[in-house]
Amino acid sequence: MSVADFAFYVFALTTVAGGMFTVLSRNPVHSVLWLITAFVGSAGLFVLLGAEFLAMLMMIVYVGAVAVLFLFVVMMLDVDFAALRAGMAKQIPIAMLIGVVLLIELGMIFGTWQFSDGAEAARASLTPAMDEIHNTAALGLVIYDDYLILFQLAGLILLVAMIGAILLTLRHRTNVKRQDVLSQMYRDPAKSLEMIDVKPGQGL
Amino acid sequence: MVGLEHYLAVAAALFVIGIFGLFLNRKNVIILLMSIELMLLAVNINLVAFSSYLGDLVGQVFTLFVLTVAAAEAAIGLAILVSFFRNRGTIAVEDVNVMKG
Repeated sequence: MSVADFAFYVFALTTVAGGMFTVLSRNPVHSVLWLITAFVGSAGLFVLLGAEFLAMLMMIVYVGAVAVLFLFVVMMLDVDFAALRAGMAKQIPIAMLIGVVLLIELGMIFGTWQFSDGAEAARASLTPAMDEIHNTAALGLVIYDDYLILFQLAGLILLVAMIGAILLTLRHRTNVKRQDVLSQMYRDPAKSLEMIDVKPGQGL
Repeated sequence: MVGLEHYLAVAAALFVIGIFGLFLNRKNVIILLMSIELMLLAVNINLVAFSSYLGDLVGQVFTLFVLTVAAAEAAIGLAILVSFFRNRGTIAVEDVNVMKG
C-alpha cells in the first residue's frame, strides 16, 4: 500500500467517523466538533484528488466559518438538549431501516455502471497538466472566463444571506440607552454649556 | 491504487449518515442542519471525485457554488433558529407551528 492509499484510508475513515459521531453524539457541542473532524477529513480527500483550492476553501469556509457559527449558536441557546433526545430510541428502528435501504440502493450501483462513450468528448474544460499550471490558477481561469456571471451571482447569494441573517437576528431593545449620532452632532455648545467665573475662596 | 469507486463509497456512506441523522434527531433543529451539511459534503466529494477522474474542471467549479449555497443556507438557517428561540424559548421541531401548517 502506497502512502497515498494509506492517506486515503485515513482521511476516509476520519470523514465517515466524524459524520457518524456528529449524528450520534449526546452533546451538540461534541456534534459540532465531530462535524469539524469530518470537514477536515474531506479536505484531505480533496487534496488527494488534486483539488487543493477546494480543500483550502473547505478549511476556511467550513471549519473556519460555518462550524464556528454552529458552535456559537449551540453555546448561546439555553436549550435542554437532553429533552430533545428523549424520543430518540423510538426513532432508531425507522432511521436504521431507511439508512440500510438507501445504503443497499447505493450499493447496488457499485461496479455495474460505466462512463458512456461520449463522456470524454463531453468534457467542458479539461484539467491542465499539474506541472503546467496549478489547480488554483486553472480553476481561476475557468471561473473568470466561462462562469463569470454565476460567480457574481454566488457573491450576490452570500450578500443576501448576510443581510438576511443580520435582519433576522437584529433586535431593538426598548429599555436600553442607545447612542444617537445625529443628536450628538446637532448639539450646540452655546446652548448646553454655561461659563461661570468662580471667585477664589468663594465657591459657587 | 485507490480508484473512483472508493471515493464514491465514502460519499455514499456520508450521504446515508446524513439521512440517518435527519431521521434520528427529528426534534433537534441544530443536528438537522448539521446532517444537511453532511449530505452536501457527500455531494461535494462526489463532484470532486468525478472531476478528478474525468479530468474536467467544471466539477470543481460546481462544488464551489454548492459550497457557497451551503454556507448561505447554514447562516440563514441558524439566524431563523436564533430568532425562533427568542420568540418561543424552544427549538423542538414539533413546536414550530406558528403558521398552523
